[in-house]
Parts: sequence; structure tokens; C-alpha cells
Amino acid sequence: MTARTLFDRVWDAHVVQELADGVALLYVDLHLVHEVTSPQAFAGLRHASRRVRRPERTLATVDHNVPTGDRSLPIADAVAARQIDALGTNAREFGIELFDLSSPNQGIVHVIAPELGATQPGMLIVCGDSHTSTHGAFGAFALGIGTSEVEHVLATQCLVLSKPRNLEARISGRRAPGVTAKDLILALIGQIGIGGATGHVIEYSGEAIQALSMEERMTVCNMSIEAGARAGMVAPDETTFAYLAGRARAPTGADWARAVAGWRECRTDPGARYDRQVTLDAARIAPQVTWGTNPGMVAGITGRVPDPAMLPTEGERQAASRALEYMGLTPGTPLEGLPIDRVFVGSCTNARIEDLRAAANVVRGRHVAARVRAMVVPGSQRVKAQAEREGLDRVFRDAGFEWRNAGCSMCLGMNADVLGAGERCAATSNRNFEGRQGRGGRTHLMSPVMAAAAAIEGRLVDVRGW
Amino acid sequence: MVTPFVRHRGKAAAMPRRDVDTDQIIPKQFLSAVERTGFGPSLFFDWRYRRDGSPEPAFALNRAEAQGATILVTGPNFGCGSSREHAVWALAEYGFRAIIAPSFADIFVANCCRNGVVPVQLTAPEVEVLTQRAQRATVDRPYEIVVDLAELAVADDHGFATRFTFEPYRRELLLRGLDEIGRTLLEEPRITAYERLHT
Repeated sequence: MTARTLFDRVWDAHVVQELADGVALLYVDLHLVHEVTSPQAFAGLRHASRRVRRPERTLATVDHNVPTGDRSLPIADAVAARQIDALGTNAREFGIELFDLSSPNQGIVHVIAPELGATQPGMLIVCGDSHTSTHGAFGAFALGIGTSEVEHVLATQCLVLSKPRNLEARISGRRAPGVTAKDLILALIGQIGIGGATGHVIEYSGEAIQALSMEERMTVCNMSIEAGARAGMVAPDETTFAYLAGRARAPTGADWARAVAGWRECRTDPGARYDRQVTLDAARIAPQVTWGTNPGMVAGITGRVPDPAMLPTEGERQAASRALEYMGLTPGTPLEGLPIDRVFVGSCTNARIEDLRAAANVVRGRHVAARVRAMVVPGSQRVKAQAEREGLDRVFRDAGFEWRNAGCSMCLGMNADVLGAGERCAATSNRNFEGRQGRGGRTHLMSPVMAAAAAIEGRLVDVRGW
Repeated sequence: MVTPFVRHRGKAAAMPRRDVDTDQIIPKQFLSAVERTGFGPSLFFDWRYRRDGSPEPAFALNRAEAQGATILVTGPNFGCGSSREHAVWALAEYGFRAIIAPSFADIFVANCCRNGVVPVQLTAPEVEVLTQRAQRATVDRPYEIVVDLAELAVADDHGFATRFTFEPYRRELLLRGLDEIGRTLLEEPRITAYERLHT
């Protein structure tokens, strides 16, 4: 048998039928559902008198447009409330488990499935959300799909897909203190570009990846989509198994031993070929900050806002000029020292307990700069509860941060948490697109420790020397 | 049911920008609907309208010669970012039947194909030619393009003619306007067999 990559193996294990050359009907192990991209899919099922084929493999929560303030109050946004209610109705009608606003398990869908142990190696996981790539941290093939595909998976438990190509991103070396998983992935996207991995599944490998915790691997895989990748994956190892052991939905007893034996097979064979390979040296990476309007417009904190005229193609020059105009930046400005108005610690990229601990360590005993408004939005209610047990909420509150309930919040600004026009925000989220956090809002992506330090100083700083 | 797409002749509008993300195509504040309709007026909202709600005259689709366009000619990596199918619903409802670009984001392509919108990938120099011709169009002399999915060809009335490739399974579904779920449910015995073996 020919040597196969990790992705090839997981793909092969899920083929129900080859439909055409390179196109297969694949079986979905876990389907995650949220309120924004599902109502039209359920309506389609109802219209065609179809049922959900495997409700027990489907898990729903509300995250995208939920308020993160006081949950004892009614939802002020009637349109959002309608969407949240619709998911409740759909879940009941079709027999799907739902973690609603009152559930201790509620949270961002890509945070809750791993913390429950529902995300496991070798699985095929889909969700109507592009950051489904997060789950690839466990060696799952996990991808975002559109609403029509959500309906297709609900009805058939299968997905029709053209097989993507294999791209290995090998990250060698050791990170310096203050350099995080977020910096690794931002640097990679900066290197290959936001369309650099289109049509590919990225397998992250190398000692810098193996050294990451599961939560850090999730941060890396989460942003695979920002390089255009269909998915990102890390081969499961002892770190993966240790994370999963004892989780609510992880196998137990004899099933656990059997599962781990199977998961150990989720790896790339020696001699397997990738269609493309890129390499990066973690030791050479500085804390990263985006300066433009997509995640590939990024530089080290010691860098400067680039001069669009220096870029190689006309398209890139135009895009960079537009970006600088939108961001209110002039070429040559040092990134360090750039004043900010807002700080957002949250999102499926960086709102897990380790992220909050790292940010709390930076702000402990200090206070947010006078004219800065800063908020922490935990990734899930479980993360929030854990943080409160550890006293992190006190650390943040004492430092002048707002401490919120779980949701996507200001990552995409579907709820009340948005930037005003011209406001500059240090954000731990994943997209700095125009208007993403609010029309006219200016987003700089960075790690939780960098965002925390920026909150205290009121400007971007290099957390390494701080 | 998807609208079948075999061959379409229509007015082209050029929007030569690279990396147009789905947040631009349909901003977040319009994602709270529970229906598939009503997104057309919000297409490219932040670029298309000024803050007072009036149309932004400089925006490509607001120019007089672009009115009624059904083919969008644009830059590489179109549709990147969020998986929101609302982006395609907005493009389709606005009237676009085909989008021509040097490259597209993967999820966006999948979403297009499920809504009868054809993403046509041409080379950058070819897209450049179409862009320049569309930009020279006037109200009296609109620029039209023919996208032929059956023949996998793109042509205009001024001598431009080229071929493109398209994933065969999706092409078949588009040509026939097939309901993909209905098609997959024909494989029910195989799905059941897979489940018996694996779960």
C-alpha cells in the first residue's frame, strides 16, 4: 500500500462512495450547529419533509449573536432573539441536543466540542462556520461548510467533497518567551498569504508544533482558514490523549484503550508525499501584529507599517493602499507605540482557559490605560467558570476589564459588542477585515499577552521587553 | 432545487479588487435573518452605500453602465473568509449568475454551486482583458460576456474566447439543476452499509 498522509488516512476512512474522479461522498462523524447558519437548513428539511438522519451525531449551541452581558435580562435585539428561538424550536423538533443560553455548556461551538471531549482524533467534523478548522488540532479532518451543505449533512449525515491536496507546514525550532501559538500561525499566513493554502489541507508538523499544548494547537488550526486552507491538522500524540482523558464525551474503560490504539494510527506514514511543503523557524518569529485588513497583512511588533509602493504586484499595491487608508496608517510608522482605543480578548482563536491565564498574568496588579475600553469574553461558560474558580475574573475586573459571558461577541460584532468608526482595537480574534468588528472599526490581530499589554499601555507594545 | 445553468449571456461589471472577503459581500448585521431571501439590497453594503444610506457613486456596481449586470469580473481569492452562504444568496438575488476571477476561496465555490451561481476561474491575464473591456463599457454600449458551462467556454463579441475547467460532479448538478440531497439519498444503501461497518 502506498504511504499516506494523516489527511489521506482520515479521508479514506470516511469514503462512503466515490462519485467522480477525486469527488467522494464522505461520512460525517460530528456535526456542530449554531444559530446563524442553520435556520434556512432546517426550513429546507421541513419543506421537503426530511428528518435529521443522525440527531445523536449532531450538537447545537448558540454563540454568534448572543448577548454577553447580563443573561437574566431578555435579549434586547429582537432579530437575534428570533434566530436564537428558531434554533431552540428546530432542536426540539428534530431531536438535536442544544446547549442554550441557560446551559453551563454553552459557548463558542469550537470551544465547547473539544472541552466536552466530543472532538476526537480521526473524526470528520463539519459545522456551518469556517473556523471549524479548529478541531483539526486533534487530528480530525474538520471543515467549515455553507448552509446548503448543513442541510445536506442533516439529511444524509454525508458531505460531497472534492479531495483537497496535502500541504505540510513544518515549524521547527523553539519559540522565544512571549511568542505564542498565535504568532506562529500569523507568521505562517504572512509568509504564504491569505490564499496561500487554498485547495489544501495543512498538516502542521515539526518540533514547535509538537511542543504546543492542545489549546495552542487549536489556535494554530483555527486560523488555517485564514490562509485559505480547507482544514488544518496536527497528528495526535500523548498531549492529545492526555487532554481527552476523562472528558465528558471521551471513551472510558476498555473503550478508551481501544480508542487510543486507533488514534495512534492517525499519522503520516514515513515516505508519504505532500503536494507542497513550507517551513518556518519558530526561533526567528517575533510577536506578530496585523497592520492591514486581512490576516496576511502582518508584521513583527518591531516592524513598521509597510510602503505599498514596495510590493511586487499592482493588485497587492492597490490592496495595501486601500488597507492603510481604511486603517488610518501611514507607511513607515513603527507598529510599536500605535495608540489603541479598545481591547478584545475573546473568540474561538484565543478565549480558552490558557489564553485567559496568560492574559491575566500580564495585567495582574496593573490597570487598563485611561482612555482604553477593554473586555474579556470567555470562549465558553465552562471556561468562564474555571477562570472564576482561579480568580482570574477578579484580576481582570481589578485591572479595569469588563468580564463577560461566553459568545463570539466582538470577533464578528453580530451582537451589541462592536467598534465605533475609527476606533482602533487590539484583538485576539482571527479576522481584521474591513467592518468586521463594526463599520469603520480598525482591528489589529495579536496574541492574548500582546493584547493584554496593549490594554495596560494604551498602545501596542512588545510584550517580550515589557 | 437549484436553477439549472447551461449557458448564460449577460452584462458584465468589473470590480478589480483582490481578496474580497464574504464580510464585505454581506456584512454581519444582515446575517440574523432566518430566510434565504432579502439579502440582495445589502450586497457589498459598506462599499455600496454611504453612511447616510445614499449610493456611493464611485463604487463599481453603482455606475450607470453596470446596472443590470449578471456577470461579475473580479480579482483573485474572491469570497475568502467566513463560510456564510448569505454572501452567495446576496450575489444571486442581486442578479449575478456567474463570477469570473483568477481564483476563489474553497467554501465560496461550494456555496455558489449550490445556488446556481457559476464561479469561473480564468487566468489573471484573461481576467485583465475582461476587466478592461467591462470598464470601457457605456450605458449605450454595454459589455456582454457569454459563460457556457456545457462547453466550458467564455467568450465575448470582440474576439475573446477561452476555455475553463470545472469540477465534473458539480458541473453535472448545475447543468441539470439537480437537488444534491435527493441525489445523495439515492445512495441510502451505501450510507447504511457504511454505518453498519463503522459505527
